[in-house]
Amino acid sequence: MIEFKNVNKWFGAYQALVDVNEHVARGEVVVVCGPSGSGKSTLIRTLNRLEPIQQGEIHLEGHNIHRAGLDVNQFRSGIGFVFQQFNLFPHLTALQNCTLAPVHLGRLKPAEAREQALALLERVGLRHKADAYPGQLSGGQQQRVAIARALAMKPPVMLFDEPTSALDPEMVGEVLQVMRDLARDGMTMLVVTHEMGFAREVADRVLFMDAGQVLERATPEAFFSQPQHPRARQFVADIRGFGTVPAAPAVAAA
Amino acid sequence: MSFLEMVDTYWLYFLVGRYPEGPLGGLALTVLLAVSGLVLALPAGLLLGLGRVSPWPWLRWPVTALVFVVRGTPLLMVVFWAYFFLPSVTGHKTDQFSTMLIALAIFDGAYLAEIVRAGIQALPKGQFEAARSLGLSYLGAMRLVILPQALRHMLPSLVNQLVSSIKETSLGYIIGLSEVSFIATQINTLVFTLPLQIYCVLGLTYFVLCFGLSRLAFVLERRLAAPAQGAAQKASS
Repeated sequence: MIEFKNVNKWFGAYQALVDVNEHVARGEVVVVCGPSGSGKSTLIRTLNRLEPIQQGEIHLEGHNIHRAGLDVNQFRSGIGFVFQQFNLFPHLTALQNCTLAPVHLGRLKPAEAREQALALLERVGLRHKADAYPGQLSGGQQQRVAIARALAMKPPVMLFDEPTSALDPEMVGEVLQVMRDLARDGMTMLVVTHEMGFAREVADRVLFMDAGQVLERATPEAFFSQPQHPRARQFVADIRGFGTVPAAPAVAAA
Repeated sequence: MSFLEMVDTYWLYFLVGRYPEGPLGGLALTVLLAVSGLVLALPAGLLLGLGRVSPWPWLRWPVTALVFVVRGTPLLMVVFWAYFFLPSVTGHKTDQFSTMLIALAIFDGAYLAEIVRAGIQALPKGQFEAARSLGLSYLGAMRLVILPQALRHMLPSLVNQLVSSIKETSLGYIIGLSEVSFIATQINTLVFTLPLQIYCVLGLTYFVLCFGLSRLAFVLERRLAAPAQGAAQKASS
């Protein structure tokens, strides 16, 4: 469904992506991890053209999405993107955040969009907050609304850029639960995250990146228990050592 | 002539000039000029501001040049330029009111453009990215997501500029536009003995106009801010 072919990207003289070749199948959940600055966010941002690439091709359902002349807006509306900082529109209510794009882009009539938005908010457990403004919601609630907003365009693919990194620890669980449900419903997902518990439970595959290269691809089990590449071994040791991971207390107790 | 006699004699002249026998002038003309100036300068500022942050160089560069040129010249010069240069281009003489109006629209438009630019650029980049990643076009994202927020933040600076443009109408005096400063000077010439009183009344008049606008803006600001009032009371999940 998604294919990276020899993708190279530079920020000025700095090479952010180095010869990335990856394939993601429909319904697959892929977790991308790696140290900060390794290019993992850049990788998924190239997938909806928030970042341009200088070499290579990225295909989505057989279409080259970085070709000139592509209807970027049409294409982007088919990819859900969830940001680390939520980026809800603060001047609109939770409900309006979820109806803005479908109505403005003519996909749904206002009444239909409203109904769909309420159903989506229900799905993320926030129907009762439909009329709240983002400023009135906790971080975890905002991120769940952001997921509902992305789902409102009915995208076949969802991208998550460190969706829980800006959250207080007690709110991480509610967001991961929503993502877990999505994965279970068969959504194709690319998730940049360090949540080992989530990766183990939900991911089909883990990609490990460093310095713009994908150094390792493995099942979550294999990756977290026996990382092969030295950089990956170091990384796994680091995130275990400074565990902000939900799995950590259970491990400590055992 | 006492102060009260002066007021009694000239109050109508002060308010409307020679109207209805002659052209409209005085305070009425000042208000008319200020309001029309705002009506023209606001959209001009918005468009120029959007031009300043535009991703298209063919639009951004000329607009940036215009803003820098206007910002780098005194309003008085823009007025002279409009008064002497415009007729030689268009072929017929522009009246004083239109001259002043054009000068104000260009001058304040350029200043407002910078306020608009600052307001847009002060928003987190993520707002624009979130709007675009939902499939909104550049202009759609601007209109539905960026500007509603940016205009709210810009309001105090906008009002600042608008207040100053009310005062700028007094430069019409230079090209003989019979706005309220010009009329006050005329009255002073006729009365001759009460300059202090006359110019105090003039000053007070400007103050009331500007203060009124500031208060109006303050009320507007409060009303616009209302939706975010709940920001403090974080609901628990």
